[in-house]
Amino acid sequence: MYKRLSLVITALAVLGMVLTACGPKAAAYTCTDSIGCVTIAPTDPVHIAYLLVVSGANAALGTDSRNGVEIAIDDAGGKILGHDIKFDGQDGLCSADGGQAAGTKLASDPTIIAVIGTSCSSEARSAEPLLSAAGFVTISSSNTAPDLTDPTSPNHYAGYFRTAHNDKVQGAAAADFVYNFLHLTKAATIHDGSLYASSLVGVFADNFKQDGGTITTATSVDPNATDMSSVLASVATGTPDIIYFPIFLPAGAFIIDQAKTTPGLENTKLMGADGLYSPDVMNTAGASVEGFMVSSPIVQGAAYDAFVAKYVAKFGEQPINIFHAHAYDAMNIIIAAIKKVAVQETDGTLYIPRQALRDAVAATKDFQGLTGVLTCSASGDCANPVIGVYTYHAGLYPPELIWPTKYIKPTATP
Amino acid sequence: MLRTWRQHITLTDIFIWVIGLVIAAAVVWGTISTLRLHLYTSSGWLDLIIRGLALGGVYALIAMGYTMVYGILKMINFAHSEVFMSGPFTAVYVALGLAKSGMLDKQPIISLAIISVVSMGVSAGIALLLERICYRPLRNAPRLVPLITAIGASFFLQYTFRGLFGSGSYGYPAIKALQQSFTFAGIQIYKTQAVVIVGAMVMMLILYGIVQWTKIGKAMRAVSEDKEAAELMGIDVDRIIVFTFALGGASAGAAGVLYSLLFPVVNFYMGFIPSIKAFTAAVLGGIGNVPGAFLGAVILGLLESVGPNLFLTGLGIPSPSQLKDAIAFIVLVLILIFRPTGLLGERISKDKA
Repeated sequence: MYKRLSLVITALAVLGMVLTACGPKAAAYTCTDSIGCVTIAPTDPVHIAYLLVVSGANAALGTDSRNGVEIAIDDAGGKILGHDIKFDGQDGLCSADGGQAAGTKLASDPTIIAVIGTSCSSEARSAEPLLSAAGFVTISSSNTAPDLTDPTSPNHYAGYFRTAHNDKVQGAAAADFVYNFLHLTKAATIHDGSLYASSLVGVFADNFKQDGGTITTATSVDPNATDMSSVLASVATGTPDIIYFPIFLPAGAFIIDQAKTTPGLENTKLMGADGLYSPDVMNTAGASVEGFMVSSPIVQGAAYDAFVAKYVAKFGEQPINIFHAHAYDAMNIIIAAIKKVAVQETDGTLYIPRQALRDAVAATKDFQGLTGVLTCSASGDCANPVIGVYTYHAGLYPPELIWPTKYIKPTATP
Repeated sequence: MLRTWRQHITLTDIFIWVIGLVIAAAVVWGTISTLRLHLYTSSGWLDLIIRGLALGGVYALIAMGYTMVYGILKMINFAHSEVFMSGPFTAVYVALGLAKSGMLDKQPIISLAIISVVSMGVSAGIALLLERICYRPLRNAPRLVPLITAIGASFFLQYTFRGLFGSGSYGYPAIKALQQSFTFAGIQIYKTQAVVIVGAMVMMLILYGIVQWTKIGKAMRAVSEDKEAAELMGIDVDRIIVFTFALGGASAGAAGVLYSLLFPVVNFYMGFIPSIKAFTAAVLGGIGNVPGAFLGAVILGLLESVGPNLFLTGLGIPSPSQLKDAIAFIVLVLILIFRPTGLLGERISKDKA
């Protein structure tokens, strides 16, 4: 019985070989790439996915990035080398669990060439091992945690790049702003246990202490907490001049609101980072948002203005966050790299060697992007950021730039 | 005497007592060492206490819904968290409308009354629908069945509201008239906190009054004691149950408005955490007992607000505020170990025995 079965299988295998040999002559291209190639049939699209947060409290962050990518696709005419671009993805929910779930789904799809994402560093930590093992190129438009591009860190994975600034830059800029521009010497820090916030706080504290400042309290909150009274009371014991809490919504809005009514903190300045650069901060914190400061990259220039015009025309609103330009640059870097490494048959079949694509992205040099002239390092940092500090005014969005433009005085916290 | 005592004590009892004593010792030690650090000023402590009272008041109003329904149906209404969420989440649109028209600043009291009425109405309506659709058909089913239904209804309501109003957070407009503070007996109190504390107490008194001094309250107590006997005495049990749900819902709606004054951000998942706390408070005070729920809620609010800083700072634990839920639930466990009926729960346990 078994003998007959194996005979049938052998016969089928031989038949298969014969048929393949007789079929349309598959051209000379043989994949020699160390982690394999993607073959795209003449009528198939080039599949690029996203892993961004597009729902929940931080939806503005990921939606804005996705909008940026869609404009990049429009600018490319929707096509790479004659193939349509297929762009879809998964919601990473800005959490480690969400990143894991979304990463698992994406990694199981072998047609994906590159992933734009993730939105949050916590997502990257759990999704990146999966995406890297699947052979994808990942470019994040908003991950900022230093360890993601630190070759010595276990959280660094091959194929990972980012057009967002490294927190080392942002944390240092925030410390510089507070110590050298505001001339404040006592700061308290609060993080929410997320990779993004804890690394920013770490970098801020190191630089601030180096400059000569003191950290009065370094504490943390539960990102889902609503009542911040006990943490603010313990912060107040150190009588800080400024509280630095680079966290997310809604916890950030609760701190902004409740700090104003905590004894000892009525006049303390409040500062966050780009995670709290969102219209939702103004909508949820209400009047108490007045004077709240955030650090965030400055993106300016004629090309950027043209981009914003396209954004408004396409989505009917002003950019809702800051990472649309980073996502636009990320997508264009991928498109350029694909064009560089892809091998195209005369019938239109496209072969994209995965390792070569990673090398091509890593070799990106002097790329004219919206966020500056970008050059990628082998470890994955592509950004060339200028960090500014903005201050919120109740009912006004976007917030006003106050630093490093020397001539605008910072608004005092009421 | 000693012998019978020794026969009654088991190893488990000793183990539990040891755990209790260790925790009590840690609390006392932590409190003493915190106070010796002189980190916090007395105004800092007072502020925390006032915030704790305000939070406790909100918990108490939510706990009413749990405890009254339990008193009458002997069932935990786990969909109550969504009853609580539905009111303020709907009323935020009214509040935003009032803020836009300028009414909120000109007539804060009338506006707040309108917002409260809308919130209480929506919450009571949702509670009535829950009773009619989810619980009444199952009244004679085994006790686990309505419990599972409640969880299902809870998810259904959450995602219905997510579909209706979206997944984002909405901020309640600030009421300018409530933003100032005043000094009472040397203590600085923010008007928001004062309104929440006074509002919660007034609401509690109204509820207590209804239960104790009105005819329908008497009927509620009768149904709670013995459903069959009450029915024989000519009490319409269905009507009483409907009234109880409506009362619990309205109370949750009022709690929702007060909660939004303290934490002015609403979203579709806002109900879960405060309701779990309120349920804890109800158990702490003795579930089924109205004054017990109030006492439990105030204790829980104070523990959450003052506890982390008072007990843990002195022990050198970093970011104690993250452990406030742990403190609240450890207290619950301790009380259930040493007083399983809750603080004021004697009456219920006797009734059931």
